[in-house]
Amino acid sequence: MIFAVLIPLLIACFIPALSKLKEKLHTGIFVFFIPFLIFLYFVSFIGNDFTPIREQYSWIPSLGINFDLYLDGLSLLFVLLISGIGSLVVLYSIYYLSKSERLGHFYVYLLMFMSAMLGVVLSDNIFVLYTFWELTSISSFLLIGYWHFKERSRYGALKSMLITVFGGLSMLGGFILLYVVTGTTSIQQMIGQVDLILNSTYLPLILGFILLGAFTKSAQFPFHIWLPDAMEAPTPVSAYLHSATMVKAGLFLVARFSPIFSGYEGFFIVVSVFGIVTLCWGAYMSVRQTDLKAILAFSTISQLGMIMAMLGFGTKAAVFAAVFHILNHATFKGSLFMVAGIVDHETGTRDIRKLGGLATLMPITATLAIFGTFSMAGVPFPFLNGYYSKELFFGSTLGLGSDFWSQAIPYLAVLGSIFTFVYSMYLFFGTFTGKKQFDQLPKKPHEAPIGMLISPMILVVGVVIFGLFPNIVNASFLQHAATAINSTVVYKEITFWHGFITPFKMSLAVVGFGTVLFLTRKKWQPVYQVLPGKVSFNHVYDAIVNKIGNVANRITNYYMTGSLKTYMSLILGTTLIVSLLFMYLTNGFAFNTDQLAEVSFIEVAVVLIMIVAAIATIYMNHNVAAILVVGVVGFGVAILFVIYRAPDIALTQLVIETITVALFLLCFYHLPKLRKSTDSAKTKIMNATISIGFGALVTLVAISAHSSRWFESIADYFVENSKKLGGGDNIVNVILVDFRGLDTLFEISVLGIAALAIVGLIKYRKNKEAE
Amino acid sequence: MEIITSILAGILFATAIYNMLQKQLLRIVIGTALLSHGAHILIFTMGRLKTGQPPILIDGIESYTDPLPQALILTSIVISFGVTSLLLVLAYRSTQENGTDNMEQLRGNENE
Repeated sequence: MIFAVLIPLLIACFIPALSKLKEKLHTGIFVFFIPFLIFLYFVSFIGNDFTPIREQYSWIPSLGINFDLYLDGLSLLFVLLISGIGSLVVLYSIYYLSKSERLGHFYVYLLMFMSAMLGVVLSDNIFVLYTFWELTSISSFLLIGYWHFKERSRYGALKSMLITVFGGLSMLGGFILLYVVTGTTSIQQMIGQVDLILNSTYLPLILGFILLGAFTKSAQFPFHIWLPDAMEAPTPVSAYLHSATMVKAGLFLVARFSPIFSGYEGFFIVVSVFGIVTLCWGAYMSVRQTDLKAILAFSTISQLGMIMAMLGFGTKAAVFAAVFHILNHATFKGSLFMVAGIVDHETGTRDIRKLGGLATLMPITATLAIFGTFSMAGVPFPFLNGYYSKELFFGSTLGLGSDFWSQAIPYLAVLGSIFTFVYSMYLFFGTFTGKKQFDQLPKKPHEAPIGMLISPMILVVGVVIFGLFPNIVNASFLQHAATAINSTVVYKEITFWHGFITPFKMSLAVVGFGTVLFLTRKKWQPVYQVLPGKVSFNHVYDAIVNKIGNVANRITNYYMTGSLKTYMSLILGTTLIVSLLFMYLTNGFAFNTDQLAEVSFIEVAVVLIMIVAAIATIYMNHNVAAILVVGVVGFGVAILFVIYRAPDIALTQLVIETITVALFLLCFYHLPKLRKSTDSAKTKIMNATISIGFGALVTLVAISAHSSRWFESIADYFVENSKKLGGGDNIVNVILVDFRGLDTLFEISVLGIAALAIVGLIKYRKNKEAE
Repeated sequence: MEIITSILAGILFATAIYNMLQKQLLRIVIGTALLSHGAHILIFTMGRLKTGQPPILIDGIESYTDPLPQALILTSIVISFGVTSLLLVLAYRSTQENGTDNMEQLRGNENE
């Protein structure tokens, strides 16, 4: 099984080399065999006595992340869809994409996607599942942006990427919480610990996060907006990713986690409500579209909503109907996308207003479209599978409960289905019958080559087979899938006619009202000016995407002014506020006068002189005067050192202060004169506040640090051992070169580097003449 | 006395920062010089000003001032001297190359 997952990825590595041969053979021919063989491999599992299979491979055992694969009925359904439709799509793309396209890229992305999708549905480990989940987002992004020179493609690719990755990350959050609650990373083991999850306080969060992932991926309202824009992808991609496989990953997720959440009422309510709303909104919006693929995109949204709603109902009948419809939808929607692609390919446009009357020129395509559209609409003919699933759907909406909303669901279902009927009819009759206006088409229309017709033909054959013999795969296949979702054995016999019962009446109502609405659609079209009107979730998306950039830009421009002074003020102001606040909150200020040194007159005099000199630096507007005043402060420091019996630093300070003053004088000679500050009064007050505040902070910290001394100094050690260990009488010097010699080494390095830098600054300059 | 030197350190910091918030490059250099003085005073105060004998061993004397802050300040003085001189020369070169010593005009390129 692991090979089935990884082989497409492996083969993808060789595709670029194969695509160099495309002068002779289309690359797709090599690719075709991969999904086809995988399909055959998985078909062999179908059977009445199917039991789930598990395979385990170590990946990161220390984190409990292992490459666990689990094949049950649900996985099998999806695996067959992925590989089966995948083979047909590759076959179709051989004729759809000409050899002049960048085929290597296309098939690498497509195989990547196939691997990712197989991984999603076969993983038993939540983190492996998440890995493959994001890989589907990435490969879908690459495929939507395949014609990257088109602006719309890039927009659509980015949009789908942002929305699905947003959901994917939220899903990861849900998974991590699940792991925290259960302590296991295996989905099957989680199902065994349902009670633990249901009693967890995290349950609403887990559910919310995971459903957000499922809803964004499956284009549920209001996250459906990425799907219509993803129609910029080549049609085989739209048919494969955006109708049959990737958009169903969300449904798969909901179905997979159904056994876990089935004990929680909220799960069913949320999933049903989102599903029903999506069903109605998608169908309603679809009628308004004029692009064939846009109609199909909204139709897909609507159908996904329908399946989601059935998963939300959660009854045996509903789950079985959901599984059946997943299969049916893949057959007719896949074929319809391919038909739309053929029409586009042969006429040069997908605008339904320009098309019409193609049935005479493209009879085979038109026939295929009849089956697809009528099946999608749920027209009660015994050879259309869409009818059965629609009727099962109606059946499952009945008897859900006696409260108002449960009673309303069947009516909403019928409403959505009426619009489904309208757009299905519009899709067929608008394209293939009616006024012929071939002169307006970019190309002269004609029937498609046979190779292009094979894939939709096979899918339509599927529509008819499931229509004629709806029970053909029930026992061997569908019931296993439904059982995996519902945890109890679900089996249902599907019959075309079982009396004049409510679901049948609902179908008749759909056909009746639908026909009326379709025939009078020109008259009620203005309703769209009212209900979505100007309201569009695309505006919301665009606003969010643009606003984030703008707001971030404005915030950054606000404080990153380029002025050093602003940065200084921000840093100091923040430090000041945070420190004072912290000091206040922790009651950090301490004051005690126990161990203070005595105050003597001469010290106070020196300190006073220094204070006057320091303040004077601000007011000095003459270079020499300013240097002298700074010098007074420096020499004052030296005198303080003398008074407090620190001969070495007093010496150093005197020498260095002298040199510094000399240096200042030297440089100031070359520098412009000091000027009076031209700042406004407001700025001056601001600066004064920050500096006085900071000075006060330093004083406060110094006093409280001095007043709360917790340990004795280690000075005694140095005094005792200076002679004994260091062999010197001058303790400070012994510390500098013996006890803490490393400091001195790097201090020397600092001085050396400064000297070298100064030499460099003075000596080396860009030779302006040479430039 | 420690209270008084603490206040001195605070005033040195305040004036240093006020100078550093000015536009002229020279005032910023003056500010950094004052700031290092303030820091040295602060370190010295934290090591206690209690008067013992200078930290040079002489037989018969028991009480010495704390030698460790002195060693630290010695290192710091030298480093701040190196930095100040580099800053001065940098200010000199910058003024020569850019033709201004006004910090508000030294803003680099728009797209940096």
